[in-house]
Amino acid sequence: MPPNPQLNAKGELQHLLSIEGLPREILTQILDTAEPFAGVTEREVKKVPLLRGKSVFNLFFEPSTRTRTTFEIAAKRLSADVINLNIAISSQTKGESLLDTVANLSAMQADIFVVRHASSGAPFLIARHVKPHEHVVNAGDGRHAHPTQGLLDLFTIRHYKKDFTQLTVAIVGDILHSRVARSLIHGLTTLGAPEVRVIGPQTLLPAGVEALGVRVFHDMREGLRGADVVVMLRLQNERMGGALLPSAQEFNKHYGLSADKLALAKPDAIVMHPGPMNRGVEIDSSVADGPHSVILPQVTFGISVRMAVMSMIAGGG
Amino acid sequence: MKLLIRNGRVVDPKSGRDALGDVFVADGKIAAGTGTPDRTIDAQGLVVAPGFIDLAARLREPGYEYKATLESEMDAAVAGGVTSLACPPDTDPPLDEPGLVDMLRRRAKALSRARVYPVGALTVKLAGQQLTEMAELAESGCVAFSQANIPVADTQVLWRALQYAATFGFPVWLRAEDACLAKGGVAHDGEVATRLGLAGIPAFAETIALAQLFELVRATGARVHVCRISSAAGVAMLRRAKHDGLPLTCDVAIHHLHLSDMDLGFFDSSCRLEPPLRSQRDREALAAALADGTIDCAVSDHTPVDEDQKLLPFAEAEPGATGLELLLPLTLKWGMERKLTLAQTLARITSEPARVLGVASGRIEPGAPGDLVLFDANAAWRVTSAALKSQGKNSPFLGMELAGRVRATIVAGNVVHEA
Repeated sequence: MPPNPQLNAKGELQHLLSIEGLPREILTQILDTAEPFAGVTEREVKKVPLLRGKSVFNLFFEPSTRTRTTFEIAAKRLSADVINLNIAISSQTKGESLLDTVANLSAMQADIFVVRHASSGAPFLIARHVKPHEHVVNAGDGRHAHPTQGLLDLFTIRHYKKDFTQLTVAIVGDILHSRVARSLIHGLTTLGAPEVRVIGPQTLLPAGVEALGVRVFHDMREGLRGADVVVMLRLQNERMGGALLPSAQEFNKHYGLSADKLALAKPDAIVMHPGPMNRGVEIDSSVADGPHSVILPQVTFGISVRMAVMSMIAGGG
Repeated sequence: MKLLIRNGRVVDPKSGRDALGDVFVADGKIAAGTGTPDRTIDAQGLVVAPGFIDLAARLREPGYEYKATLESEMDAAVAGGVTSLACPPDTDPPLDEPGLVDMLRRRAKALSRARVYPVGALTVKLAGQQLTEMAELAESGCVAFSQANIPVADTQVLWRALQYAATFGFPVWLRAEDACLAKGGVAHDGEVATRLGLAGIPAFAETIALAQLFELVRATGARVHVCRISSAAGVAMLRRAKHDGLPLTCDVAIHHLHLSDMDLGFFDSSCRLEPPLRSQRDREALAAALADGTIDCAVSDHTPVDEDQKLLPFAEAEPGATGLELLLPLTLKWGMERKLTLAQTLARITSEPARVLGVASGRIEPGAPGDLVLFDANAAWRVTSAALKSQGKNSPFLGMELAGRVRATIVAGNVVHEA
């Protein structure tokens, strides 16, 4: 195995590509760094000068509104200049290669590339080819990883539950295609959560998923029993009607989070969702808008966590 | 031209001979006596073996000259000690017409390096629908028929193709992969693919295709060579089928003897191969099966890919690795690990593929073609872009040091490479 491409020679964060392989100390450091930024976002002047004069390029090869926007807000609150590039409808259609696009932007003096790409591993390829002073933040690559989402999920869990070492976390739905699930699983196991469960039909669970350190449940009621945290995953519409799932209705009946299923979890359980939600498919409105839901705070925390990541990798001088 | 090779360690896998001695080549053939040579090569400290026979080497012509040319790859072949090679039909256009085969053979012959044995397309455009004119193609020089890496999805077509080939006694070389199960997959369906978020190809994509193939061989009597077997379960099925007496032979790619899906590391596109690198347990089973004869021979599966097509995210990168110049070192490495004699080791790239191909080369005995290789088994060299003659520099072994360097290659009594 080659050395971890995310860390520099001193063991500091150079890029954020995946939660997997990051030591517990660095994860904790990111979460700790994010705490005071939560205060910044509540101030009247919502800015700190940590990234003044730096340029953040949002490179989205796949459409996204929420993630791109929260990265933009986070960068602006750190006083960086933000350039949004919607590559899905420019260079790629002109046949420019991924690395050529990056080389061109690099010539425009970028400091941070925030990259989303439909192919697993694309940010690793970019990180191998950028200049030493440039940093890459993975904003979601294929099915592989979505580390800032994983970190904001960890931040949310820590905010409400304080300690990871007593927790039972249930992640429900389309694990197979989910980069969110993979990142969160690595984060939870690194921070010492003793029981991480994945719940879904066999068609939506990847081969050998147990090797990630999770328990597999096919019966959602059984899997939710005693859970402190319930993470619902978005079910993409295109999964429906093919050979993976017969219909949204049947999925909802067996794997959708309803109030009565949630009642099997701990009384103080929190419900999370990375968004955007499909109400009535993976989650019922009564739960999404109910007292256990922390779905909107997740979005707010997402900004703090992204500020923490960007300031840690590029705020050093 | 009479050539005398003196004082070498002569290793003939066919007879098991491994002794110091001389080899005399006259009129393009190995000769019994020793006349007056036109040239003498001192082979002291070198192994003298039959030239290597590689059953899968892509030369990229016609159609992919920007990846590699016949000239560059024939240089790579002889630099790797390969004196005969079979090329799969996945050129552009595919080798599905006698004219294309004829041209390829003539171009290869004009370069007068290694012998080229074209493998014709089993179906028109490799599309898996219509049979090619196999008899015509055989007349123009095709030694077998194949689908390269594109499995026939329609079982009816596969059945008919095997029946037709069996009618004429033509061998059919097929990779065992269920087209539907493999669809969209880029890595072995297991823990590594799950961790990396790569779409998987399960091992049963191979075993299901093998089961189907074996039944069709039973029904048609076609002679089938299974190409690039990749899984432990596949090896077990093959062992049983051979034991049952089915007319089967099999090869494995050299990369699959040494690498597993763990080597994908952080999305290393040089490990994007077809079939995918599977688990360490599979790798171990392949290496053992090549040693016990269940798998007959090792092939380079040489696939030169231009750099741009590898500088892409893993799933988008073009599959394949360069291999002609690594055939010897990687086969030697395998033989050392299995504690085999040099003759046993070299059999997998000489006498065994000769048997599959049905040619007289691959041995050192009077009357056999004068195809020889002289190599230093202990010379270590670093695999670098500059060290490779092939235009394809795509190798998972780039930067690594391997033992086994070819010093001279002789085809039909002519020295075609010296280093």
